[in-house]
Amino acid sequence: MDIRSQIAMVFHLDKCIGCHTCSIACKNIWTDRKGAEYMWWNNVETKPGTGYPSKWEDQDIYKGGWVKKGNSVLLKGAGKIKGIKGLFHNPNMPVLEDYYEPWTYEYENLFEAKEGDDQPIARPVSLITGETITPKSGPNWDDDLGGSEDYAKNDVNFKNISPAEKEAMFHLERMTMHYLPRMCNHCLNPACVASCPSGAIYKRGEDGVVLINQEKCRGWRMCVTACPYKKSYYNWNTGKSEKCVLCYPRLEAGEAPACHQSCVGRIRYIGVMLYDADKIEAAAASDEENLIANQMDIYLDPNDPEVIAEAIKNGIHESTIEAAQKSPVYKFVKEWGLALPLHPEFRTLPNLFYVPPLLPTMAFVNEEGVYETTTEHFWGAIEKSRLPMSYMASLFSAGNEEIIKIVLKKLMAVRLHRRSETVGDLPEKETKDAIRDAVLDKETADEIFRLTSLPLFDERFVIPAAHREEAIEMLESASDYKGSTGFGFKVPPKRGL
Amino acid sequence: MSNNFFFIGLPYAALVIMLVGSIFRYTNFGYKVSSLSSQFLEGRELFYGSRPFHWGIIFLFFGHLVAFLFPRSVLAWNSIPVRLIILEVSAFGFGLAALFGLTMLIIRRLKNRRLLVVTSKMDAFVYVILLVQIITGLLVAYTARWGSAWFPAVLTPYLKSLFVFNPDITAVSSMPLLVKIHVISAFILIGMIPFTRFMHFLVYPFAYFFRRYQYVIWNWDRKKIRSSRKLVNGVRSKNN
Repeated sequence: MDIRSQIAMVFHLDKCIGCHTCSIACKNIWTDRKGAEYMWWNNVETKPGTGYPSKWEDQDIYKGGWVKKGNSVLLKGAGKIKGIKGLFHNPNMPVLEDYYEPWTYEYENLFEAKEGDDQPIARPVSLITGETITPKSGPNWDDDLGGSEDYAKNDVNFKNISPAEKEAMFHLERMTMHYLPRMCNHCLNPACVASCPSGAIYKRGEDGVVLINQEKCRGWRMCVTACPYKKSYYNWNTGKSEKCVLCYPRLEAGEAPACHQSCVGRIRYIGVMLYDADKIEAAAASDEENLIANQMDIYLDPNDPEVIAEAIKNGIHESTIEAAQKSPVYKFVKEWGLALPLHPEFRTLPNLFYVPPLLPTMAFVNEEGVYETTTEHFWGAIEKSRLPMSYMASLFSAGNEEIIKIVLKKLMAVRLHRRSETVGDLPEKETKDAIRDAVLDKETADEIFRLTSLPLFDERFVIPAAHREEAIEMLESASDYKGSTGFGFKVPPKRGL
Repeated sequence: MSNNFFFIGLPYAALVIMLVGSIFRYTNFGYKVSSLSSQFLEGRELFYGSRPFHWGIIFLFFGHLVAFLFPRSVLAWNSIPVRLIILEVSAFGFGLAALFGLTMLIIRRLKNRRLLVVTSKMDAFVYVILLVQIITGLLVAYTARWGSAWFPAVLTPYLKSLFVFNPDITAVSSMPLLVKIHVISAFILIGMIPFTRFMHFLVYPFAYFFRRYQYVIWNWDRKKIRSSRKLVNGVRSKNN
C-alpha cells in the first residue's frame, strides 16, 4: 500500500445555476494576460452542447486520454513514439478556431470619435491581431441551448441515441438542459503528465495538484492533445502550455480555490481523499463496466486505523488525515455513492466528481401542468425521462445506465424523505419504499440533505493548510511576485527569441 | 587575411558564443527556451512546411556529421558509382524537401496576420540564414559534383584541424565562392543559436524516452523529516 493524499472535488449539478461566476473569478486571477485570453481554465457548459473547445469529448478528433491495452493503458494520441513523431506538426491538436478568437471592443472610440452624423460605436477587435472582427463563437456561445441546431444537436454524447429519439428531444416542450462546470480534474493517472516530452508537467506528491513547470516547458504541445478534457492550453504568446493550478497558493494557505470560493450556487465541495497509489494502473486498465467501481476502490477509508497508520508511515501529516475524515468529497463519493467522475472511459481517473442533475430527468409535467414528483411516476419516468438516460450514462458512467439510475433514485429518495418531514403530505409508505429502494436510511438521507442544502463554508471546503514549517513548494513569499505572472518567476513573462 | 577571419576567427567565435550563450540562456532564462510553435494560430499550412523542412534538415545535418566523423567510411561507400549516385540524389532530395518546406513556412508566416503578431526580428534572421544555407548547399551540390566525394578529403581535415586547435585553411581557402559562403553562413548560424529560436533543437526531449510516463514530485521528503532530529533537512527542490 502506498497511501497518498489528493485534493478532490465534488460539483453538485442540481445546484448549478450557470452563472459563470467561477469562470470569471478564475479568469481575473489567472488568465487575464496576453496569450491566455482565450483560455478558460474553468468554464461552464450547457449540456447538451458541443462545449469548449468544440466537441472536446470526441476523441476520434482529438485523440485524448488513454486506451486499454492488456493489463495496462496507452496514450491514445501521444506518448513516446506518437508524440515524438508529431513534434513538428501535431496532427490532433485543437487550434484557435476550435476554441474561439478572443476579442475586446474599441471602447475609446466612444469617447474619442470625431464629431459626426452617426453615433460612435465600439467595434469588436481581435485580441490577437488587433483587427476588427465579427465574433462568430465564444466559450459559452451556446449558453442555455442557444443555437441548438448547431451545438446541442451535435453533442457527442448522443451517439447512442436514435435519430427519432433525438428529434423528439428537441421539440420545444421536451427540451431540457443542465449546466456542466468543468476544470482540470487533477487526475490520478494524468495523460498530460505522461505525454509531456520535456517532463515539465508533474503531479505534486503532497496534494496531488498537477502543474506545468513553466521553466521546463518547451511548447511541444503534446499535453493539449493528450488531455481528454482539453484542460491544458497553449499560450500562443509565451510559447508555453498552461493549465489550472487549483489556486495552489490559496490551497497551501488552507483556502478554497477562487472558483470554489466564488460559487454562487454553492455547488462546489473540496476535500482530501486518501488513496492507494499502487492500484492506479490496474484501475485505469479495468474493463469499461468496472471503471467506476475500481476507481472508487482506490480511495481509502480515512477512519480505518490501518489506513491511518499506513498514511502516517508514508509521511502524511495528521492534519491532512483529519481533513480527510471530514472530507465532504469522501462522503459524496464513497459513503453515499452520489458523485460520479466525468467520462471515466478516458481512463485518467479524474478527481472531480459530479452529482448528476435530477431535474432534467424528472422534469415531467402532468396534465394539470404540475411537476410529477411521486415515486410511482418518478421510477417509471426515469426510463422515459426528457433527457434520455443513455445521455447521462455517456457523460458520467461510460454508458452504464444502472449506475446513473441508482444515484438518481437516491437523490429522489432524499427529496421525498425531506418533503414528508417538512410538509408531510406524502403517504408514509411511499417515502419508506423510496428510501428502501435507494438503499438508504433516514439518518443518511438527513445527512445528505444537510450537506446538499445547508452546508456551512467550512463543511464545503475542508482543506488542510500546507505545512510550511515542513516546507512545500513555495517557501517564498507570494507577495514578492506580485506584478509578474505566476509564482516562481523573477522575470516578466515575455516571449523568447 | 579575410580567409583567416572567416575560417579561423569566425568558427572559433561562433563555437564559443554558441556554447557559452546556450548554457547561459538555458540556465538563466529557461522560461524563454521554447519551440515557439505557432500551430495553435495556424495548423493546416504548417503541415506542408514544418514536416518536410524538419525531416530534410535533420537528414542533411546527420549527413554532414557522418562525413565529418567517418570520412573513410563515406569514401569507401562511394567507391561504387551507383552508391555514390544514390547518396547524392537522396541528399539532394532532402535538400529540396527542406527548401520546399522552408518556402512554405515563409509564405505561411507572411500570409497570416496572426502569425506576424508572433514573429520577431530574430525570426526573420532565422529565415534568411536558413534560406542562404539551403540554397547555397543545393547549388554547391549541383555545381561542384560530387560533394560526398570531396567533402571528406577537403572539408573534413579542415574541420578536424579546427577542433584540434591547429587550424589549416589552405584547402578551404581555395574552394569556390559558393562553398565558402555555405561554410561561413553555417558558422554564423551556429553562433546565433543562443539568440534565436534555434535554441529549440538543443532541448530536444531525449530524456522522454528514458523516463516513466507518470511523474510525481515530492517537494519535501517528509519521511526523512519525521525521522530526523535536525530542524532543516535536505535541500529545497527545484520545481519552479
